[in-house]
Amino acid sequence: MLATIRPDSWSFPLLLHVLGAMVLVGTLVLAASALILAWRDGSASLVRLGYRSLLIGALPAWIVMRGAAEWIADKEGLTGDKVPSWVDLGYSTAEPGLLLLLISTVLAGLAVRRAGRAERSGGGGFSRASTVLVSLVLIAYLVAIWAMTTKPV
Amino acid sequence: MYDWLLFLHVLSAFALVATVVIFSAFALDMATDSRLLAVGNALWNVGGFGTLVLGIWLALYVDGYEIWDGWIVTAIVLFAIATELGRRAQLGYTPAAGGSEAGAAITGAPPAALMHWLRSLVVLALLVVMIYKPGA
Repeated sequence: MLATIRPDSWSFPLLLHVLGAMVLVGTLVLAASALILAWRDGSASLVRLGYRSLLIGALPAWIVMRGAAEWIADKEGLTGDKVPSWVDLGYSTAEPGLLLLLISTVLAGLAVRRAGRAERSGGGGFSRASTVLVSLVLIAYLVAIWAMTTKPV
Repeated sequence: MYDWLLFLHVLSAFALVATVVIFSAFALDMATDSRLLAVGNALWNVGGFGTLVLGIWLALYVDGYEIWDGWIVTAIVLFAIATELGRRAQLGYTPAAGGSEAGAAITGAPPAALMHWLRSLVVLALLVVMIYKPGA
């Protein structure tokens, strides 16, 4: 296997894209962990942590990841008819992932409100639904990481 | 073979950043639960092993890269520094994260938070080195 060196001008958008993706996945791991633990013991503070990590961590990170993806795709000329399948896979996980992320953030917010009214309830069904959605998004993004690194044709 | 090595190496790097994100929740006084700290530490251990071992494997496997290349040595040194800073941050947070609701008052004490933010900067520098590969 021969090393390939990319042009220097691609490095900064790639750095932003990878950093955004890493923070996005990191905040999803944090949110999923907090919500799963809250599911088990009904902790209101863990539900709040899950909600905050989605709202102030995952959503801004998604914007950085997706914006930089467009930038680097443009730099590499991977636009229009020249979009390879691995880039398509990235798009097809990123956009539905955002929708699920928004829904799970709203559900986690509702769970925080419910948990505020009844401590130890852990947000009930809203929290559990959010947990499931966040876990699904996390799995989808792991598939995207595989596609971005292995670049299947 | 190369594809899987690279995928698992990158996935390991994601685990390292996930640790930094989890510790950030402690540094920002958003989290106090010791179980989250345990998740963060487990991710650092697994991610660290993966990035280091698979990274060295990749360096040996790929023509054009050598294990003694400046950017690879720099990355290994940065990883060692980040691990030590993380260990110190963890020591600072462990007494605070005694239970699911306990310890909020002392969580985020300056030394632990300082160690954490320094580790975050080192991890960022590590990512910059990996992307730019200076000297390669």
